[in-house]
Amino acid sequence: MTVALSGKDLATKIDKAISQTVIGIADNSITVKSQGLFQVAKFLKETPELEFDLLVNISGVDYMDYFEVVYHLVSLKHNHSMVLKTVCLDRDNPAVPSVVSLWRGADFLEREEYDLIGIRFEGHPNLKRIYLWDGFKGHPLRRDYL
Amino acid sequence: MEIASFEWKNPLEKSAELDKAEGQTIEQIRTMAQQKCQDPDQWLDRDLKHNVIVTSIDAVINLGRRYSVWPVNFGLACCAFEMIALAAPRFDISRFGMELFRSSPRQADLMIVAGTLTWKMAPQVKRIYEQMPEPKWVIAMGVCAISGGTFAESYSVVPGVNCIVPVDVYVPGCPPRADALLYGITRLHDKIKKDTFRPLK
Repeated sequence: MTVALSGKDLATKIDKAISQTVIGIADNSITVKSQGLFQVAKFLKETPELEFDLLVNISGVDYMDYFEVVYHLVSLKHNHSMVLKTVCLDRDNPAVPSVVSLWRGADFLEREEYDLIGIRFEGHPNLKRIYLWDGFKGHPLRRDYL
Repeated sequence: MEIASFEWKNPLEKSAELDKAEGQTIEQIRTMAQQKCQDPDQWLDRDLKHNVIVTSIDAVINLGRRYSVWPVNFGLACCAFEMIALAAPRFDISRFGMELFRSSPRQADLMIVAGTLTWKMAPQVKRIYEQMPEPKWVIAMGVCAISGGTFAESYSVVPGVNCIVPVDVYVPGCPPRADALLYGITRLHDKIKKDTFRPLK
């Protein structure tokens, strides 16, 4: 098993590099502003003592008031892991920056989120539906679907 | 109460006569049996005599169809594993001449729709059905294929495979055991037995 890093330590490290992006700190996760997500992800991937080189999963959560996007990151070199979260408040046109340029595995994961929750990933090279067919109306895993 | 009078006779007194009569009968039969009975098919020549059975076209063609139903080799979900178990030695559908799961629909007669059919998969299943040559049959295996099952109200699942292709036999279960599918196949055999052969125009 990987060692889950504490949110507090990570937040201080991120704050030192990119100021005023961390908006929430939990035991082993941090929440950042969606505008600064790409910079934080780049920092987490490229800083030598962190070096999160593997993106395990991306999930989307619908809290009705806002959407949350959750990134599970693992470092194979240091054998530690963390959870990175971001929020988007705009329900009609939710958008977060894409991390495909950092982790290629994000390609299908972001397309799945776009398909089922309807969050757009700005900068994704091929953002189209993956599970459902072209022409499907709505995003079925939203709480207000049906 | 008076006991009915009974005249006892020694059976051995007549036994010699009985034995004699029996011996004469056997001797008579033996003399008569020197000539063999005539074969009613004697007028046929030898090849015909050994190879012809008179029956109806329907019976013969349905017999052939019934015991050579080749299924098409595809499975959609967990029901497919029960279908595989049916083909394996424990349940062994080769007893019914069905062990040849054809990977090409053009060589298959039976489509076992084993599992949940999603709308995204529906065009492919319809195409496989249309590529199969006549006569063809369809078994809907499991509740998902019958009616959509738990996913009947879902946004992505076809509510019953008979929305896409006509179904001959429904096998309920989640998933149905291999012996339930085997029973469904025997029901299909009964159905094929009742078919009437019609040559193509």
